[in-house]
Amino acid sequence: MTNNTTESTPLVKSGLAEMLKGGVIMDVVNAEQAIIAQDAGAVAVMALERVPADIRAQGGVARMSDPDLIDGIRAAVSIPVMAKARIGHFVEAQVLQALKVDYIDESEVLSPADYINHIDKWKFDIPFVCGATNLGEALRRITEGAAMIRSKGEAGTGDVSEATKHIRTIFGEIRSLSSRSDDELFVAAKELQAPYALVKQVAREGKLPVVMFVAGGVATPADAAMMMQMGADGVFVGSGVFKSGNPVARAAAIVKATTLFNDADVIANASRGLGEAMVGINVSDLPAPHRLSERGW
Amino acid sequence: MKTSLDLAAVDALIIPGGESTTISKLLVNFDLMPQVRKFAKTKPVLGTCAGLILISDEVIGALPDQELISGLPVKTERNAYGGQLSSFEGSAVFADGTSENVAFIRAPKILEAGNCEVLATHNQEPVAVQFENLMGASFHPELTGATHLHKLFISLVEEHQS
Repeated sequence: MTNNTTESTPLVKSGLAEMLKGGVIMDVVNAEQAIIAQDAGAVAVMALERVPADIRAQGGVARMSDPDLIDGIRAAVSIPVMAKARIGHFVEAQVLQALKVDYIDESEVLSPADYINHIDKWKFDIPFVCGATNLGEALRRITEGAAMIRSKGEAGTGDVSEATKHIRTIFGEIRSLSSRSDDELFVAAKELQAPYALVKQVAREGKLPVVMFVAGGVATPADAAMMMQMGADGVFVGSGVFKSGNPVARAAAIVKATTLFNDADVIANASRGLGEAMVGINVSDLPAPHRLSERGW
Repeated sequence: MKTSLDLAAVDALIIPGGESTTISKLLVNFDLMPQVRKFAKTKPVLGTCAGLILISDEVIGALPDQELISGLPVKTERNAYGGQLSSFEGSAVFADGTSENVAFIRAPKILEAGNCEVLATHNQEPVAVQFENLMGASFHPELTGATHLHKLFISLVEEHQS
């Protein structure tokens, strides 16, 4: 690079996520879907081989996508392209960095590669997004270098209840932290299993130091708007668009509802005539070992 | 600013960073494009990063069907530095000698500044320009807390109100 510049600073990494705020990031499995997502107004796409609903249905070990697939999607669109690495699989992350994706998702949707450690994300120039079900988990991921957090929800179900639970948990824990006195924050850090400095920062600022999106089970315009009204910075839609009857219309409708999330008339109109939503599975019917959101430590 | 009512209530507009394709699609899908174009003909508009692309007269690397607001007589190139790996922090040096640290994130480049006044440069290349009521910058001043560009824009807004 030219002189007087520094690349890949934490600010530059989290800065891209700032630019995605208010937007929708869609899972896509090929160039055609990526173009549909871009045309609908998605701010980024997540390139992967199988959407979570298919990973769930087909079972087996889910891994990083084929580089050819990722390259094909990168060539098809001009919006940022994200790709998933397995939890703890730092070589998959190295490969994705070599492919020059714009963001890496260290994702519980894939089969974990390490049941103890996550990736040391400070070692990478590419920014990472990581899932979290509660504040402590979010702060541990930020400590490891995540530049963006997404609440996990339960991917591939079309059931938004876990996403609701996770965003309410994270924001509730932040609110409760803000009400504690300074001398109570040491114990708060112990309880959250997160570094004291970060806990203190969150308590003082009343928010996470990075952008937080919601993911997992968002299937309708109203789902997306509900997440935004609860305070999400944006929404990931995985299986919800391309497992539905009319992906083109549904993608545009979810973008519209996410943007104008406070306008019930707009959401009502966006909800009309979208055809079949993804069929989905109730999270309560999923046996515990099949709950992806429990992956992450 | 999301609706035509919002736009009718403001004296000046800042079009921030984001994805220029997304912003332009939403402007079209929400029927705001004609009104924003009309606004940009007379009222102060500052476009940063994606905002610069949207107010540029000519854009290299825009999607074939991408609608622009236009008005700023510059030629810009989208994602000219490369993808996220090539994003960086660097200095913007203003005409009065002020130098500020700013962020370039998947940033565009101003290839030709035409009849614009160059407000700031980075490595001798123009990174902020003005033409009449329009200001454009290829960087993000807000992420690093830089304020000089905002001060220039506020002066422009005040000139337009007096």
